[in-house]
Amino acid sequence: MTTAAVRFQNVSRHFGLVRAVDDLNLDIHAGEFFALLGPSGSGKTTCLRLIAGFEQPSTGHIEIFGESAGGVPPYRRNVNTVFQDYALFPHMNVLDNVSYGLMVKGVNRETRHQQAKDALKLVALGDYGARRPGQLSGGQRQRVALARALVNEPKVLLLDEPLGALDLKLREQMQVELKSLQRKLGITFVFVTHDQGEALSMADRVAIFNDGKIVQVGAPEDVYERPQSRFVANFVGSSNVLAPALTFTCGLAEKWSSLRPEKIRVLAARDKPLASEFSTDATLSSIHYQGSVTKLHARLPDGSSITVAAPPGSYANGDVLRLAWPRSAMHIMAAEA
Amino acid sequence: MSTSATSMVGRLSDWLFRKPNHFLVVLFLPPLLWIGVVYIGSLLALLAQSFFSIDDFTGLIIYEPTLATYKQLFHPANFDVIVRTIVMAAAVTVASAIIAYPLAYFAARYAKGKWKALFYFLIMLPLWSSYLIKVYSWKLILAREGIISWFAAKLHLTWALEGLLATPVIGGPSLSTSYIGTFIVFVYIWLPYMILPTQAALERVPLNLIEASADLGGSPGQTFRHILWPLALPGLVAGSIFTFSLTMGDYIVPQVIGSSTQFIGNAVYLQQGTAGNIPLAAAFTVVPIIIMLIYLSIAKRMGAFDAL
Repeated sequence: MTTAAVRFQNVSRHFGLVRAVDDLNLDIHAGEFFALLGPSGSGKTTCLRLIAGFEQPSTGHIEIFGESAGGVPPYRRNVNTVFQDYALFPHMNVLDNVSYGLMVKGVNRETRHQQAKDALKLVALGDYGARRPGQLSGGQRQRVALARALVNEPKVLLLDEPLGALDLKLREQMQVELKSLQRKLGITFVFVTHDQGEALSMADRVAIFNDGKIVQVGAPEDVYERPQSRFVANFVGSSNVLAPALTFTCGLAEKWSSLRPEKIRVLAARDKPLASEFSTDATLSSIHYQGSVTKLHARLPDGSSITVAAPPGSYANGDVLRLAWPRSAMHIMAAEA
Repeated sequence: MSTSATSMVGRLSDWLFRKPNHFLVVLFLPPLLWIGVVYIGSLLALLAQSFFSIDDFTGLIIYEPTLATYKQLFHPANFDVIVRTIVMAAAVTVASAIIAYPLAYFAARYAKGKWKALFYFLIMLPLWSSYLIKVYSWKLILAREGIISWFAAKLHLTWALEGLLATPVIGGPSLSTSYIGTFIVFVYIWLPYMILPTQAALERVPLNLIEASADLGGSPGQTFRHILWPLALPGLVAGSIFTFSLTMGDYIVPQVIGSSTQFIGNAVYLQQGTAGNIPLAAAFTVVPIIIMLIYLSIAKRMGAFDAL
């Protein structure tokens, strides 16, 4: 059995009566890109801070590459963090920021500046060493923060909502870059996000948090296609959650099931559903044009509402649509919640 | 047209909105006049006085520019006053900084809500009572029969107090008649002026910079030296400007408590009052100004204002 990069054993972190992290068990494998995904206040950031050492578990045990992290202060852990708002030192230039970790370890000036320059080249900021953080754009600061962490060659790199402050275009670009950087370096990346798209596109595995607990761990396709609970179905890609009665009507077991909006077809007047499909009428209640798709919210005969990701077309509120979806697209969920 | 524009005040505010430059003039003219005429003007008048001299026979001021008065500052008696004052001001500043820093750090990092309010209350409280009352109260506290001597006796520590008072130069017959006493009272009186700016500066240092330093391997000592200290330095410098210049200018504390020697403040008081030597008083007043300018330029060179 290989050692886990990070192992949580029955870890809880309580703040007064609030259980930020509640009896958590988790193995993060060496070399993987692991995402902690959940709504704000679900405990994912506390989890990251427990790995970094800024928090100590109230109960339970954390191991980093087989070594107990109990009572080890942040400055003696071979783990580095990219902070949410980057936390660059405002009174130092970029080069001194990046070489800070080496400086406090006593690496001589020439060596550390050379390594810092290499790290800056890695994030395509080779010429920015002399600037102050205040003179950089958000995306550049993000790269400096990344270089500052990576120059220490951490065993685990922690990223706290690293792309949260960037605009959409830059965010997508950084997603690609982070992913390829992780591939190249082979370092274990653990990153926290509330953006399910980000988690799905970058991570090898995703842990979904709710109320201080992990509700599901798995590869992105796993959690997206096969959510185990209504919470996961809702949170990851805002799936339709069908009540047991409706699931039964569709010809499946009388259990909660999830159905992705993009699996539902809107039938034209002359179209007929396939034999493998279930079809129903629905009354259109609102229309959200989103460019490549149009999100339709419609009401089913049993009164529940359903979201359809349809190709753009002419729709009007109050239209009665004929919807159809393959029964195989419905995923029965094991958990009740 | 809107109703507000029809009223006098409404029309005026609309006019000011359309002419933002006029608005600035209206806003800044009164304080500019105050600072320009009353403040800078009187300072310049003072400076001018220091370049005159006094006729030793008649005691009248000779209105001819000369550096003779400044030369007098270097007479041993006068020069002693200057050195004594600078040493005292520096000692008071360093002691205030050492006491203020942990307090300010606690207030900035850990005190929240009610505790923070209590902190401000306790720091400001001494500033609400009369300065003179505080100084005279200290005279009683530090007197030979005062509470400190009494307390030292109860603790069988009279020997330690006597030992302290036996220290050459800074000692004396009692705390209230020694430099130690003057020093204690100065530190007490000016401490709030050191705590408040230091606390404000520490509060502005984001917590995640401290965490980032620790995360990168910085021990608490290294984090203090490389992150916290440089970022809090502007606050300490601001505080030290207060403690340093207030100590240099004060003449009441040394008069009431201490070894009856003169500080710059006393010298100014004496020269412009009883002695009637306004030029020398003015020259003495220029000394703290020059020292502050030197101090600030050193602080600037040390990078105290880089983090502003």
